Amino acid sequence: MFLLILKRLGLGLITIILVSVIIFTGVEVLPGDACTSFLEREAKGELLEICREKLGLNVPAIERYLTWSYNALNGDLGFSLSGQKPISEIISVRIRNSLVLAFTAIIIGIPLAIILGIITALWRDKLPDIFISTIAIFSMTIPEFISATILILVVAIWLNWLPGIVIVSSNTTILELLPNIILPVIAISMVMTAHMLRMVRSNIIQVLSSDYVQMAKLKGVPYWKMVFVHVLPNGLLPAINIIALTIAWLLGGVVVTEVVFNYPGLGRLVIESISDRDLPVVQALALILALIYVGVNLTADLLTLLVNPRLRTLQIRK
Amino acid sequence: MREIIQSIKNLSIGFKSQDGREIAILKNISTSINRGETVGIVGESGSGKSTLALAMMGFSKQGLYPISGECIYKSKNLLDLSDRELEKIRGKQIAMIPQNAGQSLTPNLKIGYQVEETLKLHTKFDANERSIKITELLNKVRLPSPSIMAQRYPHELSGGQQQRVAIAMALAGNPDLLLLDEPTTGLDVTTQAHVLELLNEIAKDTKTSMVYVSHDLGAIAQVSHRVIVMYAGEIVLDGDVRQVLRSPLHPYAHGLLNSIPKLSLPGLPAAMPGTPPQPDENSKGCSFYERCELAINKCNSSKPELKSLSNSQTKVRCFRHDKLEEKELNKNVDLILPQNSNEKRVLNLDNISITYARQSILDQILNRFSDKNITVKDIDIDIKKGETIALVGESGSGKSTILKSIAGLLSIKEGQINFKEDINLSPDVRNRTNSQLRGIQLIFQNPDESLNPSHNVEEILSQPLKLYFGLNGKELKKNIIDLLKKVRLSEKYLYRYPRQLSGGEKQRIAVARAFAAKPDLILCDEVTSALDVSVQAAVLKLLQDLKNELGTTYIFVSHDLAVVRAISDRVAVLYQGRLCEIGPSSEVYKYPSHPYTEVLLGAVLEPDPDLKPKLAAEDIVEEKPPENGCSFQGRCPRVIGEKCFKETPPWQISNQGNAIRCHINIKDLLKNQS
Repeated sequence: MFLLILKRLGLGLITIILVSVIIFTGVEVLPGDACTSFLEREAKGELLEICREKLGLNVPAIERYLTWSYNALNGDLGFSLSGQKPISEIISVRIRNSLVLAFTAIIIGIPLAIILGIITALWRDKLPDIFISTIAIFSMTIPEFISATILILVVAIWLNWLPGIVIVSSNTTILELLPNIILPVIAISMVMTAHMLRMVRSNIIQVLSSDYVQMAKLKGVPYWKMVFVHVLPNGLLPAINIIALTIAWLLGGVVVTEVVFNYPGLGRLVIESISDRDLPVVQALALILALIYVGVNLTADLLTLLVNPRLRTLQIRK
Repeated sequence: MREIIQSIKNLSIGFKSQDGREIAILKNISTSINRGETVGIVGESGSGKSTLALAMMGFSKQGLYPISGECIYKSKNLLDLSDRELEKIRGKQIAMIPQNAGQSLTPNLKIGYQVEETLKLHTKFDANERSIKITELLNKVRLPSPSIMAQRYPHELSGGQQQRVAIAMALAGNPDLLLLDEPTTGLDVTTQAHVLELLNEIAKDTKTSMVYVSHDLGAIAQVSHRVIVMYAGEIVLDGDVRQVLRSPLHPYAHGLLNSIPKLSLPGLPAAMPGTPPQPDENSKGCSFYERCELAINKCNSSKPELKSLSNSQTKVRCFRHDKLEEKELNKNVDLILPQNSNEKRVLNLDNISITYARQSILDQILNRFSDKNITVKDIDIDIKKGETIALVGESGSGKSTILKSIAGLLSIKEGQINFKEDINLSPDVRNRTNSQLRGIQLIFQNPDESLNPSHNVEEILSQPLKLYFGLNGKELKKNIIDLLKKVRLSEKYLYRYPRQLSGGEKQRIAVARAFAAKPDLILCDEVTSALDVSVQAAVLKLLQDLKNELGTTYIFVSHDLAVVRAISDRVAVLYQGRLCEIGPSSEVYKYPSHPYTEVLLGAVLEPDPDLKPKLAAEDIVEEKPPENGCSFQGRCPRVIGEKCFKETPPWQISNQGNAIRCHINIKDLLKNQS
């Protein structure tokens, strides 16, 4: 068991290192460098020299990779050209904002998805299932930018209940941020909940038709006891990985939603820095997103290992 | 006077078809179960036997519902009771032992909890008494160290142990009636024999009535007092076990018994023609009319009733049962002709070893392997043209592993596979030439999985013809039709998809696909174990006919010793990936020289209540072969001492030509066994 965790951690580490190499070489093989692409037409003479000096572009690539990764390990992600600030300073605020958005969506969306998924599975093809599933498919098929725009139109413009777009600056307090996230959270949850609900539903339906559930019925286990003891623990196991992917997707910044609502999160930062041709920031963001994905998936794997007795012991035996 | 536990009156169960018609799969069943009686219900797949057993607990599978009739238990009709009322009866008064215990135990709950659940629901024991009772129950079903076992999860147990847990779970409520749905199907022969013995003891001790549902007449014979034979949703024969199995008075039961290969009778069993009718085929006459040899016009125009015979308790549904009274069982058996041993060699396994163990990185770099108890070791077999050699053994004996490596799907670690006279086959299928690939074909166990569901028969059969012979157009079509003829299927099957074929037809297509390549060697991996016995007999007959016609060589892997007896010229007995015995079938079956062969043969169930299996060895499951000594040391009833654990036993050849690998002198072995 311990060895297994160690192995997974090691694999995660290797993934991160590989990703960092790929990101670095990706930026490296682009024509020009960070300075020429940022300065564009002014990329000449003294200005270019100063910029290169500042970013340390005058040393060989391998050496730069090593300094970059060494600094990144120490929390120094480099210097933003457009913001004229250390990147870590810019990103940390954005991460905080994305986290606020993500966690609110997670707290609301995931339990909702699980509960609705269970309901639709238990009342399969009955009225509750038909009702919920239809809504789910509906909200799954509408792209976020449309549902977000409609939400703004209805709630903010017609009803005038909530602000339509976020106009606070990126480093306000969380409390000030809160009223602004309601609409984005609704827009995100619609898609996310619908996807997860379908997953949970099909998993539970599969478990319901299994031999062991039939056996539990034939043992005389009362219905609700059967649901809680025999069905749910087995039906929700595969959902862990789906939930992990969703969380990673949320944490990585919900680009479209953030742009539509003008929300100062990671996703919008990605778009901004790309349009500003701020390569150091793009590079740093790519690394952070990779870290988030690896981290969340690793946690999900370990969690599955922990709650699934089958995986736990099979690994030891083999 | 006999006390009736449950009586079933005019029960019909069915489903609604897509066009809204009501289709019955159980038709007007009436029977009763007496206290202390074990009733065997036998029939082929689709005969409705499991549906009947489930109805005895007031349960219908999804999609099915009772159309009419009653299941009366303690003067209540179970089919009318609410779920609440049924919960009180299920598990307490009527309990079920399921077919596949591995899948019927909830994977995330410990064994102890699952047994305790029944106790909690149906008894008034407190926590302390319950834990004592759990130990007692697990002890009763003879699970080793019950208190440790209770802490285990289902997947940590072997198949036999899981089945025992299911039995303990069913006994926990102290039921009046136990329903067993194919409880030993899927278990190894020795395990099966032990589980049946346990069931018999429980029946004797507790006076519980049992309903034993199975397709296996051998198992039915061991446990039942009375046997009900079902065909197409109807009871066709109901009577005392000896009466039914020795002189079956219904032509279907007669054919069924004849189609079972038996250890005592060499040669192929007689196949029954045709297939059972679909549930929606409604005929006015007898449902067996199409396949019956004795049928007359009356049988097609009016339906026979289930009638009691005047001089016995037997009930039979046939107009012409009196014609069967003189007809003897086990008469029409085709004998296999002995093969000419001067033929050329087709395949030679030269001391091959195979392992599933993953090499450590260090070993990979040094290009060595350090698995001490390697999965399959030192297999040395020569296979001649036109020969059928069978590999037998229980699960984990490595028989399928060997097939896979001959096919190149699994790399061997040591040794060589030589094909024909002088071709050294690469262990990796990707490095084999087209003609080598063509020469070795594989038929799989389950035709449902080995035939591509989105290809029709023509496409399935055209692939090997295109690939190996580059045929196309008219010539291709002609060849496909020839192949269909070879496997006794008509041209109209060309455009059918696998889902439109019955199990036997699918396996015929799989056989045709293998023969399309005109192979020198066909590997058969448990090709009949997913089929019903009557279909099995037909497929065996087909394989034998094709061999006689084309001189094909088969390697036939099976766990069923009687099937192997019927089809093979030579048998190799494997235990834990090591050869124990190899020799001509007639000799291996006549003189079971190796202790393992003796144990295996002893555990085979014959469809005769008076032939009891001999339980010689402990029923334990070994996870890995031992590092040193004889592979069978852990279970051998004839261990003679240190030697068996330390030294690899030598090969000895008997006068009859079978070679065995044992430390005991072959003459002494024979003496002990006679």
